[in-house]
Amino acid sequence: MSRCLCDRSIDHVVLERGEIAHSWRTERWDSLRLLTPNWQSRLPGFSYNGDDPDGYRPVAEVIELIASYARAISAPVQTHTTVTSVRSTETGYLVRTDQGDWLCRTVVVASGACNVAVVPGFASQAPRSIVQLTAQDYRNPEQLGGGRVLVVGASSSGVQIAHEIHRSGRPVVLSVGEHIRAPRVYRGKDLEWWMDAAGVLDDRYDEVDDIARARRVASLQLAGTPDRSTLDINALAEIGVTVVGRLGGIGENGKAQFSGSLRNMCALSDLKMGRLLDRIDEWAQRNGFDAGANPPHRLPPTRVAPAPPLGMDLASGEIKAIIWATGYRPDYSWLEVPVLDRKGRLQHDGGVVSSPGMYLMGTQFMRRRKSALIDGAGDDARDLSAHLASYLDSRDARKRP
Amino acid sequence: MADTESIADNGVNVAALIAAREALTDTPAAAQFKWRAACEWKNGTHSHSTVEGFYGLGQEQHHKKTFSFDADHPEHFASEDKGATPVEYVLVGLASCLTAGIAAVAQHRNIQLRSVTATLEGDMDLQGILGIDDDVRNGFGGIKVSYKIDADAKREDIEALVAQSQKRSAVYDIVTNPTNVTVVVD
Repeated sequence: MSRCLCDRSIDHVVLERGEIAHSWRTERWDSLRLLTPNWQSRLPGFSYNGDDPDGYRPVAEVIELIASYARAISAPVQTHTTVTSVRSTETGYLVRTDQGDWLCRTVVVASGACNVAVVPGFASQAPRSIVQLTAQDYRNPEQLGGGRVLVVGASSSGVQIAHEIHRSGRPVVLSVGEHIRAPRVYRGKDLEWWMDAAGVLDDRYDEVDDIARARRVASLQLAGTPDRSTLDINALAEIGVTVVGRLGGIGENGKAQFSGSLRNMCALSDLKMGRLLDRIDEWAQRNGFDAGANPPHRLPPTRVAPAPPLGMDLASGEIKAIIWATGYRPDYSWLEVPVLDRKGRLQHDGGVVSSPGMYLMGTQFMRRRKSALIDGAGDDARDLSAHLASYLDSRDARKRP
Repeated sequence: MADTESIADNGVNVAALIAAREALTDTPAAAQFKWRAACEWKNGTHSHSTVEGFYGLGQEQHHKKTFSFDADHPEHFASEDKGATPVEYVLVGLASCLTAGIAAVAQHRNIQLRSVTATLEGDMDLQGILGIDDDVRNGFGGIKVSYKIDADAKREDIEALVAQSQKRSAVYDIVTNPTNVTVVVD
């Protein structure tokens, strides 16, 4: 966004609570790699020219990518500045920070979609002897001591953490609710390549059937695996992870209950993946890509044990740690402008927030399916900076006598 | 007042139940039952279900007749209200299971019942099944069962009856604990 505002000669400042790429520096586990390939992290005026376009960046390289981009575009970033409140004024917004106040005509909220790890209320019922971490606090298996670990959630974070912990010699029980299975490589190409080429990532928010639902969809079960392997329920079951249904609750007696819906959760996921691959195959056929790719194929269905366990006694001492990979939510506690709905979600139309002059960036399916990806920021910033510029123009026009 | 020497009669053949329990303890295979229902869609939200055969005691068994149940939704949901809603059948199942249990336990404890009535209420936030709010579950938020029991027993003994009946109730277990469900399309 800063780059697009520069292109339009719009004076601005970028406020950053810590160092540039703060959340990448402080809220990621050690072994994480970006789940999109190197070539895909395109930003306005930047594209990858290294020698490993199909690789996945470790966190340190993601930090370097963002920091070097900020240097390259001379972004006016003021670091170590925490925004404490944003409120409306007659002429725009008053932004209070721990480093002084700013008055501005427009505000772009780019504070992220994953500020707070969501943990179910019943987590407090788990015995105190059990170590509890969220996917945000988790760094590596050494944090956990020995013994069995319950990982709750099987989206991108959950499956990666479950895989790493199990391979470290700590047997994992993985609780699986709604999730979206995805092959890392399909027909010889990265799934992200297909989704990019076939326009899946460019699906617009105003053209999908139910945008509210699309924005709630869990992240694809993708991982930046150096060997480009698929990390799905079958792969985890194969290495010995115990797969159980959605964690429904923990009783006062420390008994955890798992839903009996695991079979359906897996069936739904297989069907969803099938629809995505159908779309890719249709696109490949229509656009002459069949010759350059391996033939279409389908993954074997997710295998579910005949009778997955429905309960577990957390008080028995067998489970030593619980990792909550149960999603994230943004933190808008500093936003004192009435733009949140009753569930605390920011109301916006493709990133144009309901309060004039306020814009959003980087949330799930904000304008396009790729809006939450690094690769999605460019197109969204181009659109929204154009809207922002015309908003400023129309205000200036009104003020003229 | 009931004579302590008198024998309660709640219409439950406890002797037969105890004999069955002993027989099934010796032959666990015979204790394996399969309960069945069949359902046919009629129109809209109206469906017609039947219950007739079941498996148990090592062989196929039959009810004395075929029981049938119409399920539908009220006119408030633009349906034709040709039967109770499926969730009301769940309440019916829970009520009848607990009530049968109360009669059996009372018989076993030699408590004469004069009347047993239950009212049930399940809370439901329709924002769940309508997909309005993902944080709201589809099913009941909670179920309340209220019993009025007139019996030759102290209040605490009646409360013990109700507690024991929950402990041994199949439907209470089904409602309060998870069950693996497999749905296939043939």
